[in-house]
Order: sequence, then structure tokens, then C-alpha cells
Amino acid sequence: MNASTLLASGGFVSPGSHDFVFKPLFGNNILFTKPVFQAILAAILVAVFFLISSRKAAVVPSRTQFFGESVYSFVKKDLGEDIIGHEFMKFVPFLFSLFTFIIVNNIFGIVPFMQFPTMSRFGFPVALMIFTYVIYHYVGIRKHGLGKYLKDIAFVPGVPKWIYVILTPLEIATYFIIRPFTLAIRLFANMFAGHLLLLVFIMGGDYMLHNSMVLKIMSPLSFGFGIGLTFFEFFIECLQAYIFTLLTALYIAGAIADEH
Amino acid sequence: MSTQILLLASEEAGLPIIPTLTEVIVGLIAFSLLFIVMKSKVVPRFEKAFADRTDAIQGGMERAEQAQQEAAAALKSYQDQLSDARGEAQKLREEARAQGAAIIEEMRTKAQEEANRITAAARASIEAERQQAVTSLMQEVGTIATNLASKIVGEALDDQVRQSRVVDRFLADLEGSK
Repeated sequence: MNASTLLASGGFVSPGSHDFVFKPLFGNNILFTKPVFQAILAAILVAVFFLISSRKAAVVPSRTQFFGESVYSFVKKDLGEDIIGHEFMKFVPFLFSLFTFIIVNNIFGIVPFMQFPTMSRFGFPVALMIFTYVIYHYVGIRKHGLGKYLKDIAFVPGVPKWIYVILTPLEIATYFIIRPFTLAIRLFANMFAGHLLLLVFIMGGDYMLHNSMVLKIMSPLSFGFGIGLTFFEFFIECLQAYIFTLLTALYIAGAIADEH
Repeated sequence: MSTQILLLASEEAGLPIIPTLTEVIVGLIAFSLLFIVMKSKVVPRFEKAFADRTDAIQGGMERAEQAQQEAAAALKSYQDQLSDARGEAQKLREEARAQGAAIIEEMRTKAQEEANRITAAARASIEAERQQAVTSLMQEVGTIATNLASKIVGEALDDQVRQSRVVDRFLADLEGSK
């Protein structure tokens, strides 16, 4: 991917969306690219790790089990119980899978030799958003019935009648378009921008190193920024995994709440 | 030149906001499989571990409470037994004291009686001996006096009657002078 930028002998080609396009990993199979491989790898890694850490399910946990339990308890308590309330338990497996899958895919962004956040390919956040979207509407409809669920969304109780002229289209748009769209976009854009930012400093430093003496001297500054931003990216990657799961929990909580 | 390449690149890439169908499908499948594993295996196992732990802690606490109750019951029973034993000992001591006192009293009475008896016997024996002594002395004195008198008088007082009369008179004098 860097070949095209280095190709520009003389001028610096800034990193851009072309850095998010990958050649097929094997031969001409255009479907199997690096992000696709990473998504599958993340699912396998997460599944295997948690299967191993929960294998014994001992009363006195090993270190691995303790770590797995800590992550699980965090999702169960902070994202499940505290937000969804008494019906939270049936959503815990979903929230847990969501959080762990996203965080591992995000952290791939700073893992050496991978260094690409899977979620910066828009298709993956969209796939996860589809789950969230289907689930929160499904549980809402199942709990309240289709008619009441839609009525609760469209006509928020406790406002003057004429406000519905404005509010009803807004509410419908919120629940059916804006929420899923922003949910996927937020994760995608954060990962995309973060990766781009790292590319700018690392590739910029690389470019400077191969240029005039003044730029050579200044290039460590750029690399330094790149390294600092890597830590920052780690924080953002964890945060975005948390936010995606948190919002999913909030949407589910809203859908099954007695009053919208 | 650079703008040309950039353009070329973005044309090749397409807009990043357009999702690739492959990625959506891979995402859906990979996540579904992960979800199935989590739901069927990982979550139940963790929940079981939590339940076991709660059980272990709660069971431990219940056992401890039970043990404490047992210990308290045992202590109470020991204390009861101890106080019973104390009461018993007290009773026994009093009985023993009473018995001792009775025995001493009895012994004292017996000793007193024995002493009295011995004293009485001694007194009787003394009296008898004295009587004997007196009788014997009187005869002795009579004989001596008679002998003396006959020597003094120079006459044999063979006559039994006279002799006896003289002796009696002498004795009566003797007693009268006393």
C-alpha cells in the first residue's frame, strides 16, 4: 500500500483513503483481504481465549480465568445490569461478544505487523450495527407489540399536540435511520481517522528521513508524535468499543422500557 | 502529478463510507459464530463459576454460623453440668459436715458414759476396799488393844463374852472420841 506513495519521487503524497484498500492476500481471491482475515482472526482469538479462560470455571480462579471474568463482569455489570435493568441477563452474551470483538479488532490497529484497525473498513461496523438494530427493534416489538412500540416512538407522551408535527418525523428518523447510522459511523470514523493520523506522522517521518538534512534532523519529532499518538489510539480504540456496546445497551434499554 | 495519483488512488478505493458487501457478510458471520460460542459456552461457564463462588462463600458462612451455635450449646451444657456438679458438691459437703457433727456428738456421749461408768466402778471399788480396810483395821485394832489391855491388866481375858464387851466399849470410846 505504501508503494504508491513512495512512487511519488520528490513530492510527498499524503496518506488517504487509498491506504485502506488492500490487495487480496492469496492469489486473485478478491474477497479475502487483510481486514477480512483480521475480522475472522479476531473472532477466533476472542472465542478461543474465553473458552480457555472459562474452561475450568473454578471457584478459585487462575490468572487467565480471573482476567476473563473481569472483562465479563465489567460488561455484565457496567453495560448490562446498570443500564438495561432487571431483564439484562439475556442481553449479556450479545453485549459481551460485541465488546470483546470490537476491542480486539480495534487494537489490531496498533498490534505490530497488523497495524490496521479492522473497524476502519466500514463494512464491519455496519455488520455489527445490523445486529444491534435488529435486536433492539425486535425486543421492543416483542415486549410492547408492534402497534404500541411504533406509537410510543412516534408520539412521545407528555407534549402538546401541535409539537408532534415536528417531533414525530424527528423521532422516527432517530429510531430508524440516525441511530444505526451514527452508531456504525462513529466507530468507523474514529478508527479511520486514528489510523490516518498515525499514517501521517509515521509516513511523514519516513519521507523526511529520506530527504534534505534539515528534514532528516526533524524526522524524529514526527516519529515521536507517531509513537505518542499510538498510545492515544490505544485509548480511543478501547473507548470506542465501550461506546458502541454502551449505546447498544442504551438502545435496548430504551426499547424495553415501559415509557419511552 | 501528486493530485493525479491521489485521484487515481481514491478512484481505485471508492468512497470509504460505502461498505463492501464481503466485509458486511464476513462481519455478520464471524460475529454470529463468536456470539454462539459466547452464549452457549463462555457465559454459562462464567455464571456457573460465579454461582459456585457465591455458594462456597455462603455455605462457608452458614457452616461457620452452625459451628458457632454448636459451640455455644456445648458451652451452655458444660456450664450447666458444672453448676450441677457444684451444687452436688455443696450438698455432699453439708451432708458430710452434718454426719461428722452427729458422729462427734455420739462419740462424745459414749465417751462420757464410759467415763461415768469407769468413775462409778472405781468409786465402788474404792468404797469396798475402804470398807474392807476399815473392818480389817477394826479387828486388828481390837486384837492389838485386847492384847495390850490384857498385858496391861495382867489378866487373861479368855472369856469371850467379856473380851468382846471390852472391845466394843473400847471401840465405842474410840468412835466417841473421834
